[in-house]
Amino acid sequence: MMKKYWKSVEEFQGITAGDDRNNEDKYKNELLELFKKDFLSKNSSRRDFLKVFGFSLSSAALIASCKRPVQKAIPYVIHPPEITPGKALFYATSYYDGHEYSGILVKTRDGRPIKIEGNILSSFNGEGTTARVQASVLSLYDDARLKFPTSDNSPASWNTIDEQITNDLAKINSAEGEIVLLTSTVISPSTIKLINEFGARFRNFRWVQYDAISYSAVLEANLMCFGKAVIPDYHFHNAGFVVSVNADFLGAWVSPVHFIQKYVSRRIPDNKEKNMLRHIHFESGLSLTGSNADKRIRIKPSEERLILTELYNRIAAKTGEEEFPGVAGRTDLAEIADNLLASKGKSIVLSGTNDVEIQIIVNGINTLLGNYTDCIDLNRNLNIAAGIDSRTEELVADLNSGKVKALFMYNVNPVYDYPDSEKFLSGLKKTELTVNMTGSLNETVGKAKYECPVHHFLESWDDAEIIPGQLSLSQPCINPLFNTRSFQDSLLKWSGSSISWHDYMMTNWEKEYFPKAKMSGFQNFWDRSLGNGVFSYNISDSKPAIFNKEGLIRAMNSREKTGTDGFEVILNESVTLGTGMHANNPWLMELPDPVSRHCWDNIAAVSPADALKLGIQTGHLIKLADGLILPAFIQPGQAEGTVSVALGYGHTNSGPVANKVGVNVYTFIRIIGGNRVYGFITNELENTLKQSQLALTQVHHSMEGRPIVRETVLSKYRNNPASGNELHEEYESKHRTLYPEVNYDGFHWGLAIDLNLCVGCNSCVIACQAENNIPVVGREEVKRRRIMHWMKIDRYYSDTPDDPKVYFQPLTCQHCDNAPCENVCPVSATNHSSEGLNQMSYNRCIGTKYCINNCPYKVRRFNWYRYTNNKAFDFNAASDLGKMVLNPDVTVRERGVVEKCSFCVQRIQEKKLQAKLENRTLKDNEIKTACMQACPSGAIIFGNLKDRSSKVSGLFENPRRYHLLEELHTLPSIGYLTKVWNDEESKS
Amino acid sequence: MYNRKIRGPLIEGDKTFSQISKEILAPMETTPGLWWYITFGISSIAALFGFYAIYITVSQGIGTWGVNNSVGWGWEIVNFVWWIGIGHAGTAFSIFLLIMRQRWRTSINRAAEAMTVIAVMLAALFPALHMGRVWLAFYIFPYPNTRGPLWVNFNSPLFWDFVAITAYLLISFSFWYLGMLPDFATIRDRTKSKIKKAIYGFFGMGWTGSSQHWIRFESLSFVLGGIAAVLVVSVHSIVSTDFAVGIEPGWHTTLFPPYFVVGAIFSGFAMVMTLMVIVRKIYKLTDYITDNHMDAIARILVFISLIMGTAYSTEVFIAWYSGNEYEMFTFFRNRITGDYTFQFWGMIVCNALIPQLFWFRKVRRSWVGLLVVSLFINLGMWFERFNIVVTSLSKDFLPSNWVSYNPTYIEIGVYVGTLGLFAAGVLLFFRYIPIIAVSEVKSVAHIGNKKED
Repeated sequence: MMKKYWKSVEEFQGITAGDDRNNEDKYKNELLELFKKDFLSKNSSRRDFLKVFGFSLSSAALIASCKRPVQKAIPYVIHPPEITPGKALFYATSYYDGHEYSGILVKTRDGRPIKIEGNILSSFNGEGTTARVQASVLSLYDDARLKFPTSDNSPASWNTIDEQITNDLAKINSAEGEIVLLTSTVISPSTIKLINEFGARFRNFRWVQYDAISYSAVLEANLMCFGKAVIPDYHFHNAGFVVSVNADFLGAWVSPVHFIQKYVSRRIPDNKEKNMLRHIHFESGLSLTGSNADKRIRIKPSEERLILTELYNRIAAKTGEEEFPGVAGRTDLAEIADNLLASKGKSIVLSGTNDVEIQIIVNGINTLLGNYTDCIDLNRNLNIAAGIDSRTEELVADLNSGKVKALFMYNVNPVYDYPDSEKFLSGLKKTELTVNMTGSLNETVGKAKYECPVHHFLESWDDAEIIPGQLSLSQPCINPLFNTRSFQDSLLKWSGSSISWHDYMMTNWEKEYFPKAKMSGFQNFWDRSLGNGVFSYNISDSKPAIFNKEGLIRAMNSREKTGTDGFEVILNESVTLGTGMHANNPWLMELPDPVSRHCWDNIAAVSPADALKLGIQTGHLIKLADGLILPAFIQPGQAEGTVSVALGYGHTNSGPVANKVGVNVYTFIRIIGGNRVYGFITNELENTLKQSQLALTQVHHSMEGRPIVRETVLSKYRNNPASGNELHEEYESKHRTLYPEVNYDGFHWGLAIDLNLCVGCNSCVIACQAENNIPVVGREEVKRRRIMHWMKIDRYYSDTPDDPKVYFQPLTCQHCDNAPCENVCPVSATNHSSEGLNQMSYNRCIGTKYCINNCPYKVRRFNWYRYTNNKAFDFNAASDLGKMVLNPDVTVRERGVVEKCSFCVQRIQEKKLQAKLENRTLKDNEIKTACMQACPSGAIIFGNLKDRSSKVSGLFENPRRYHLLEELHTLPSIGYLTKVWNDEESKS
Repeated sequence: MYNRKIRGPLIEGDKTFSQISKEILAPMETTPGLWWYITFGISSIAALFGFYAIYITVSQGIGTWGVNNSVGWGWEIVNFVWWIGIGHAGTAFSIFLLIMRQRWRTSINRAAEAMTVIAVMLAALFPALHMGRVWLAFYIFPYPNTRGPLWVNFNSPLFWDFVAITAYLLISFSFWYLGMLPDFATIRDRTKSKIKKAIYGFFGMGWTGSSQHWIRFESLSFVLGGIAAVLVVSVHSIVSTDFAVGIEPGWHTTLFPPYFVVGAIFSGFAMVMTLMVIVRKIYKLTDYITDNHMDAIARILVFISLIMGTAYSTEVFIAWYSGNEYEMFTFFRNRITGDYTFQFWGMIVCNALIPQLFWFRKVRRSWVGLLVVSLFINLGMWFERFNIVVTSLSKDFLPSNWVSYNPTYIEIGVYVGTLGLFAAGVLLFFRYIPIIAVSEVKSVAHIGNKKED
């Protein structure tokens, strides 16, 4: 017999009656009794019937209606030791797309790269990144990527292709046919070595580097003047006075992420040792750089040469150098020349025009001013672009003459961005062996015999030397998703080498850089370099640059006809899309241009005066040339008689997002004096009077006299740091409340935004989008003003439309301590945390939109449609591949709920947890919101306001601090710092 | 007490009780004319269009409307407030006139109450539809639940709104329905159809007309009337707090509760007038709903119109007097001038100026005049709500957020649908329920008639 266990005397004695605890079971059993065998034989009562009826009905309803979609989770068979599910791993690597470089950290979750941050160890860009770098992680999961190699546009195996190419190469080589490698600028020293070795195998080999946006004139001018074909590095942090002409160095020119940091470091008004930099900018269209300049002077492109000549002459006159013939007509230049001379050796003059003679004059001016010692560095130059225009021209001519027998293309898209793409295509057809190596679908894909798709940069090994002596490594952060192969592996294969590119690169590093590191053991060196992502060594300072005046004399004496009657059209690089190679990235496509605030189109920016004269309104389709009809956009600050159009749009074969958006204007680039000129002259603008609606994200541009962006000028600031911010004190003194003020103990999160540092680059917008799974809504929805960005950068103008001052203001949820949105939600879906966060519980939200209405900042976003898995919104969230970019720490919001900035609460919680596990308090600056981390200028600082020593508290003590709409007494947790112009004449 | 010489009889034509029953119940006892079927058909088509629009809204999302990141509320809330306003007529009519012992109300209050019930139900449709996740609308019910329990936010005007509307709907429905008991009994007794007898008998709840019934009936009317009187004032006051509690310029004002209540009565009375002008013609009920009745409503309207005018000018004055730049902008540059001039001046002209025509006896006595002016008031009140909801949101504090708002056909469709449902509902009401409270009319049938002198 079994041993009897009992828990009470009653149970032991067998007394169970009246025990309430069993009642529940009793009822359950009663229900189950119904289904016993003798059920049918028993006479069932009405009660029984109802019970069975109710049970079957409810179970039927449960079974039938609660069907959930099946989602498969596949566990690891062999678990990789370094992966802990739910924990992020960061890999140091480098971003380089042939045009833009950044040292980066890649955040991976469960083996998927999901976010990119700047690598703080990279002296080139630090933690800052640009929007394009932030968005590049999405390109990894692009359905338009090439997934397998093809031969004659049909899938083929790598082996067959390799065999055929090797045979063809051998054949061509034996006949001494010319073999050409056309690449974008290569900055990888190991790849350069490999290419040279590859080329040395052939009797007749040429390597041509080609950039969609050419810096050829800078290279050629420096070659002529200093014997070095380089783009110098500009040390804005050493300069007190900067004059830039048509160079959008904060938005697009050469390397904005690098320049922004140096530039803003001299824009701090409190710097005791160094004066605040004064910046004068000449340009036609309103660029990001022009918007930030203290003084902006509108010119036509044709006037640039005259202005620079005059500037040269005025400086030469004062320094006793030779003057050249030129008209001296501009008084403003006299002042600029004086200012430049006053900061002799501490100034920078630069031009972004791709014209060798202009660049030589600029070099001449800088030489007169002695800027090559501290401010312009020709030795530690930027290896950003190496393409020389004439070499590309030569190549295209040779292709057409049939001289070239084999053409290998790597990471270029000449069919799209070469001005005469027809000519290039016809040359391509005449070439025996054509191989295209690119990662993603573009216009050139399918035109060559062989397509050998390459890895995404997050899947490949690489190295880079962006500045001589500053190296970085790239490492794969994910296994290749498709059947692709790195460019270098292909070259090695076709050289008949069996070594892998990884080994090749490692060997190269062992030979070249390991000795420079003075470390013991190569593996140590390698591991450290790979872990850091960067490695730098000292290069010996070569002798100072000697200026060769020959070129200058020639440039000054060659007088081209300048000044025209027609409209001068400027084709400029877009701040958001860059050269256009990332146009299929929906994040970038939907990123509003920082100045015009439009997206999903390229537009013809016309000046307000011309618009008035020609009766053009924003949205009118205007004809600029044959085959170039674009929607007009009245751009304040556009120089009269000029029209600006962005490059990078009008794709025909780059994927569903990029195709048929805007017009490709690369075809309107002319070649003058051997250089590509990014612009043309048109005799008249024809208004077709047809209307098109632009996807504008901001339509009102004046602050209406409201104290939204508060500003002052440097002289006033020196006398009174609170100048321009007098209202703050007034409102603070009126601060009253009937209710006890909330006291936060522990944390009170706050964010300070320094409007003086923010240049408006929009990097934070994409960082936020990537971090917080913000959906892309498409052109039509943007037109309806339903863009989802949690963070946006408002842009305001003041003064006149012809010559406006421009203001940028990053705007996101202000996390008001007295939030108007919180008390109106009928279901308390939005509420205040004990740490001062204004939080959203998506699960609770029923979508009344009352909070949206009652938010004076209008920073709340509504899910108007279901944006995920919806073919009507066929962007990354609608494809299985694209969804791999989602951050698993952030909920994907359902249709009908309100969402908004959370201060990256997932990051706060993660770091808090980490500190707790390590049994320590949180350090200041440990938690960084996505926007803060991405900001190249350090304008955004997040931290604990309760901690008196934190950086954000310090900024909140700053007399420049104010709150947006503080008169409403919403008590925001975001503080703005006033904008300080280094300009005395401002009307403020 | 009642001066016949001045005010004329309440009911024209000195009728007998059976005559009254017969005449009033005629629309129910005879087949309606072709016009009824045509109008009913048109309203049904409009209603179907509305159902389609609702289907699209619910299945695809609020994105099918024209609302956006800045203007979160558009036509749907405009229409909600508009319908709620119209829904004030019945109760206001019955209660206020009951309290003021205005016995002429008896000819009109039934129809007005029916209108109220339909309008309030339609109004309640909009707040539900404008929810992003309407399937979770029950989150707004305050009841102990298994979700925590999570309670509603008692601070939110939307919750007050929900309570006020629900209470109002319940009370006005009860008031309307219970008031019909004697009439249902009358129909039950008169009809020869067995089915009708059963149905009306059921709804008549066994009314026999005994003195006890009448005593209870009267006291119940007074109790419900007392509750409803408070509700008439509170409902629209609370609706106005949706805006007044908000921080938006043009919303944040203490004037709103009385302004909304008066506005609601204004629009309600105007809608009653619109309907009555038509009904009394079609159903030949001019003896019951007399010219004097219409005249009285018109006088009320002209009085309220003056209040409305005062409210509008007060609003504008306070915006200026406050010196608040956001308020100033909203009123002077986004309403009086600016993008929404048409709606603003439409409101002023329709609500404050056109009703002044009622000062003229000629207009008050002409059915065309009554119809046209009352329609203008209905339109003007719609403009007023549009002004409040949309103009404030479209251009508020930060100019970077400024947008314009245009409705889509789906949004318009929902509105058209409610108009269709309203018309269909009213037509069915004419067909199956006595338009005029027979029993009550009988009680006043002889007031002012010669017999009494």
